Amino acid sequence: MSDLYLNAAIGGALTGLVYGLMALGLSVIFGVVRVVNFAHGEMMTAAMYAAILLAQAFKLDPLVSMVPIAAGMFVFGYLLQRGLVNAFVTRPEHTQFMLMVAVAIVITNSQLIAFGPNARNVQVDYALDSYQIGSLIIDKVRIFAAVAALAISAALFAFFRFTLTGRAIRACADNFLGARVVGLNVRHLYGLTFGIGAACLGAAGCLLLLLVDVTPLQGPSYTLLAFIIVIVGGMGSLMGALLSGLLVGISEALAGAAFDPSAKSMFTFGLLILVLLFRPQGLLGRRA
Amino acid sequence: MKMLLDGLPRRALVALGVFFALLLVAPWLVNAYVLSLLVVVLYFAYAGQAWNIMMGFAGQLSLGHSLYVGLGAYTAAALFVKFGLNPWVGFLAAMVVTTAMGAFIGFLAFRFGIGGVYFAILTIAFSEFVRIGFDHWPALGGSGGLFLPVANLSSNDLPNLRGAPVMFYYVMLVMTALALGFCRWLLGSRLGYYWQAIRENEDAAAALGIPVFRYKMIAVMLSSAMTAFAGVFYAFYYNNLFPEQIFSMGRSIEIILGPIIGGLGTLFGPIVGAFVLTPLADGLSELLQWAGIDVPGVKQVFYGLCLLGVVVFLPNGIWPVLARRLKLGREH
Amino acid sequence: MALLEVQGIGKHFRGLRALHDVSFEIPEGAIHAMIGPNGAGKTTCFNVIAGVYKPDGGSLRFNGQTISGLRPDQICRAGIGRTFQVVKPFPGLSVLDNVVVGALNATHHVPAARKEAMRVLEMLHLADKAHHSAASLTLPERKRVEVARAMATGPRLLLLDEVMAGLRPTEVDEMVAVFRRVNQETGLTILLIEHVMRAVMALAQQIVVLHYGEKISAGAPQQVVSDPKVLECYLGEEAL
Repeated sequence: MSDLYLNAAIGGALTGLVYGLMALGLSVIFGVVRVVNFAHGEMMTAAMYAAILLAQAFKLDPLVSMVPIAAGMFVFGYLLQRGLVNAFVTRPEHTQFMLMVAVAIVITNSQLIAFGPNARNVQVDYALDSYQIGSLIIDKVRIFAAVAALAISAALFAFFRFTLTGRAIRACADNFLGARVVGLNVRHLYGLTFGIGAACLGAAGCLLLLLVDVTPLQGPSYTLLAFIIVIVGGMGSLMGALLSGLLVGISEALAGAAFDPSAKSMFTFGLLILVLLFRPQGLLGRRA
Repeated sequence: MKMLLDGLPRRALVALGVFFALLLVAPWLVNAYVLSLLVVVLYFAYAGQAWNIMMGFAGQLSLGHSLYVGLGAYTAAALFVKFGLNPWVGFLAAMVVTTAMGAFIGFLAFRFGIGGVYFAILTIAFSEFVRIGFDHWPALGGSGGLFLPVANLSSNDLPNLRGAPVMFYYVMLVMTALALGFCRWLLGSRLGYYWQAIRENEDAAAALGIPVFRYKMIAVMLSSAMTAFAGVFYAFYYNNLFPEQIFSMGRSIEIILGPIIGGLGTLFGPIVGAFVLTPLADGLSELLQWAGIDVPGVKQVFYGLCLLGVVVFLPNGIWPVLARRLKLGREH
Repeated sequence: MALLEVQGIGKHFRGLRALHDVSFEIPEGAIHAMIGPNGAGKTTCFNVIAGVYKPDGGSLRFNGQTISGLRPDQICRAGIGRTFQVVKPFPGLSVLDNVVVGALNATHHVPAARKEAMRVLEMLHLADKAHHSAASLTLPERKRVEVARAMATGPRLLLLDEVMAGLRPTEVDEMVAVFRRVNQETGLTILLIEHVMRAVMALAQQIVVLHYGEKISAGAPQQVVSDPKVLECYLGEEAL
């Protein structure tokens, strides 16, 4: 019995790392551009469909197609920011929200038109393989997805810490005006940030496709999930997003094992409410 | 009444009068289809006004108003189905339930100064949380839905809210008009001034002696209490309730689109928005049907694009522009 | 008994000592000024008095009552009005409505508040802008709206944070005349933070000088400006 829960928890933790990567994308965008990307889940769903198309056309494993898709999402994110979102950066929050909701509605329903309402997935030949350690059974796909998510997150941390561009973006996040004063091209950096966030999302979508099906209307629930993870982890804390992704993954899996799979998001919402109650700045966030 | 109309230019009064008169006689002028559309328009005009109090007046972005619609609907419907309780009494019970819920969420959030996006997410989370709860509540039908006995269309029974669409139309018309008068009164009162101050700048509001927490609580409680009626109406008009539908995030967004498109924080914005959006959505369906396009999603893509257009080109909504063009604005 | 008694208050921000052991008193009906180089802790001191920050230590008494620990809105209702150094107008409201919000602190009756707001606007020479949007004003005008809003709350003590900055000399004189008149007519007590010495010298009966969060000098204007410690901190910093 306890093995059941342990298995579920480990599986959940691995899935949670992918959630964490998805939420990282949101955290980066909100932390720097200060725009609420309410089309987050919808954009990830688009990446998942792209992975399905590449798998059908070229038999590409999502672990491989992740690279071109992340690149494509980067370009999409950059253009979206420069072309549409940038004019809204200084607008009130609800206006930004409406803009992104409109974008989300268009994306979601275009997917519905293009792919129909049914769930789709990608079959990789190692889908059913698993590693066994004692009584623990861990799916191979989950390991792959989690390791890849961790590697990408690590690369992202390194980018923000060690590269000049990464530091410039952090400077923008800390002090918009100051960044302009010292001559940083804030618009370009915002575009890059949006692109980076979208690229994380693209990668996360490909990895998630190894674990779950995709449906055209799933977008809003992933948007919400990403938001909850970011808030639970602490707005602006990249480490927090990853950690809370892990937590949410585990709580989902345990809720699914102990009660009913449909109750899993209730636990996630419960987690959010608890955090807002007792630690409103999030797990690793700093109090404003 | 006089105070409510004070300060409006004559042409605005005339326009308002003509508009209201047209709505009063509409059931004799239009066919059943248009009437059913008007019921939906008024429903969104009413719910939009309730939401507008919270966001438009007091600046607190709720993205989970379907929670109050759903709770209101389920409370009144369950009391009616299980105990035969009169829906108007049920409405009072529904108000108590939604107000308590609003107060709880507000208390959680405003105590810790949670605002903006965080608050918005909290409202969505609560509405999703409750939706899943109702999905698993067998006594109220669970995800299978709760059904009211279908009304006898030939006789109107106003006390029990059973009857023909015309009756529901007038009920909603009266409620919308009442809500408009109420909002007008609120906006001109001390409460309204304090809300707007909080919306514009909380620190400055506090420095002027406004207990920000208390006034935000009043906003969320009033708004959720008013929204309860939208739920009661929904339950008795449609006779069926599914948690999946009534609590959905999509419903919340539908409610708030009207006020935002119409003009956030304005009195007539929610009404104008409802009169634009509902026919637009319906017109699109008609148009697509006429063109022989029957692909799910096409309508919503158009809808999304229209929305995008309004957000980009009319950032303050339709009403402010309309009021200026037609010179309907308030005189000083 | 002084109207405001500040006794040994201090405030730290993560190791930064913004205020240390600052004490002063303002008697009812007086006009005092607080000066000091940028970063001296003047605005922090205002924020502590106005309830934005809780002091780390010391005591604050207003009209004989302890006010430390009260929220900003409670402090305002107790009778202390304030303006913000970085102005915080209600941009979506008209100038009149901005001031009406303040006036509603003193009366619950909206028409009465509108009347009072109009009176304050006239006093501050803003009546012709009453129906303009607050967002459309110039910075000096916005500062005057802040003053009008704070005055409309019906305070006994008014805290003014650099409301003369950016004004032309004639405008400074105009504001000085307004404050002097209000002070004489209603007995309103005023504490102003100000860099514009022309205004300070014309208005203040007493000056408190802060430097690095500490009170380094206090007294009558002539006495303070010739205090070597004051000269040193100013000449060292700004070389005027």
